[in-house]
Amino acid sequence: MIPAAVPALLPTANEFDWSFHGPKLVEALGETLYMVSATLLIGGILGLALGLALYTTRRGGLLANRAVFGVANLLVNIFRPIPFLILLMVIAPFTVALIGTRLGSTAMIVPLSFAATFGVSRIVEQNLVAIDPGVIEAARATGASRWRIVTTLVVPEALGPLILGFTFVFVAIVDMSALAGTLDGGGLGAFALDYGYKRWNYAVVWITVIVIILLVQVAQALGNRLSRKVLRR
Amino acid sequence: MSPIIEFRDVSKVFESPSGPIRAVDGVDLSIEAGEIFGVIGYSGAGKSTLVRLINGLERVTSGQLLVDGDDVATLTERQLELKRREIGMIFQQFNLFSSRTVAGNVAFPLKVAGWPKADRDRRIAELLDFVGLLDRAHSYPDQLSGGQKQRVGIARALAASPKILLADESTSALDPQTTQDVLRLLRKVNTELGVTIVVITHELEVVRAIADRVAVLEDGHVAEHGSVFDIFTQPQAEVTRRFVSTVVHDRPRGANLERLRQTHEGRIVTATIADGSRLGAILASAGALGVTFEIVYGGIGTLQDQSFGSLTLALDGPDAAVETVVGRLREVTTIEEAS
Repeated sequence: MIPAAVPALLPTANEFDWSFHGPKLVEALGETLYMVSATLLIGGILGLALGLALYTTRRGGLLANRAVFGVANLLVNIFRPIPFLILLMVIAPFTVALIGTRLGSTAMIVPLSFAATFGVSRIVEQNLVAIDPGVIEAARATGASRWRIVTTLVVPEALGPLILGFTFVFVAIVDMSALAGTLDGGGLGAFALDYGYKRWNYAVVWITVIVIILLVQVAQALGNRLSRKVLRR
Repeated sequence: MSPIIEFRDVSKVFESPSGPIRAVDGVDLSIEAGEIFGVIGYSGAGKSTLVRLINGLERVTSGQLLVDGDDVATLTERQLELKRREIGMIFQQFNLFSSRTVAGNVAFPLKVAGWPKADRDRRIAELLDFVGLLDRAHSYPDQLSGGQKQRVGIARALAASPKILLADESTSALDPQTTQDVLRLLRKVNTELGVTIVVITHELEVVRAIADRVAVLEDGHVAEHGSVFDIFTQPQAEVTRRFVSTVVHDRPRGANLERLRQTHEGRIVTATIADGSRLGAILASAGALGVTFEIVYGGIGTLQDQSFGSLTLALDGPDAAVETVVGRLREVTTIEEAS
């Protein structure tokens, strides 16, 4: 039990003290949003590029190239199955080289983006493969170059499912970021761990859970609405 | 007229795990500028591959394929891209860009060809007016019916003013009424714009409706080719006869013939009707020989502006007199005994 002299600093167990925990929760939420949005941007762009590479270079693809596909496919297969917690440790030297530290939210964006890139690439690949090959053939029949087709037609044709895929990835990143938080990365994961779990204060843990549920609900609703608008259905 | 497309001993071989497949096998064909040329065959005959050789979506394995002066077998991918701008293509499943509006679909080939925005907009309006969809310019493909989608496909294919239009089973996914509308539109493309059209189909009705000449494809080679009238009236190859029998039911066979034999006395013969077949006077004189006749089966239509059809007659009377009448009929047309 916490000594009687400390209550001014540390609220008693199983209580969410708005004046004490409130600002810290807001700060943690800010860190999470920072990590997640930066990761979604960086991992999203790199993953889109890698996914396009997988789609275009696969056998029968617009830029079919066995060597490029083989390397890209192998990279994804190597890195994607590594549990995030392990991946974070494995690429820590790279993170230090890039950011100067392996602590804090900014440093966490490196392993998060790394993991997101490979996850996003498969989701992008899956959705692009679903594009009707006849549509690509029709574009080729107009005399469009392969490069033009890849850059102007392929992504718009799969945009609806891609948005849903990115929404799915957003939720996965929230999950990973919470894990990252426990290794000195800050954010909601660290908040729930430090002020809740470690101090037997489950009220804090539950409030954190509610905040995360709300965050995910809002993201999913936005994603659904956006994809519906794109699909016009 | 001179050929705009000329196949010279063209073959296409696909490699497969079970060995090479000769999808197109030594095809020689000339398609004249300004005509509508039909290519008919059962599925797997190689007709889809054949048409894709013309615009280089599939590359020729051997032989020469001259398209408006260039041997597409020897063109580089970049040269082919330029060549394709002169060749429009429409598809069975329309293959419209679902992420773009009707106008956006038609704009695509124009952007590819580097048209400035103002010219594009003018051309899009012109094309949509031509295919009768000016009011749907801002609709998306999934808001259109099948027939409308194919009209958009046609407008897109014609956007950059190609000389050649390739139609790959372009009506096979449409109902009969819509098929007629689309075929009429293709006719209009041919007569008003002078576009040479290559129609790939497995339906002889399509060939009959719009083609001038036709090639019958079987196992990758041309079994027979010629004018549509000749193919219909004098099919030579077995595969052609099978096709013709699916649309021309002008001779009584099987159960129909049995029924006619039971209800009519005498000899049953079928006379082929073409322009110049004058049966009337002969039949009118039959009575004087003691022969009565009844028209029991058949029909006469028009194919490529020529009469085309047959009439089956039941001739009754003394054998010798009936033979005399049949002899006179043989002098003006082809007579077949019912069998």
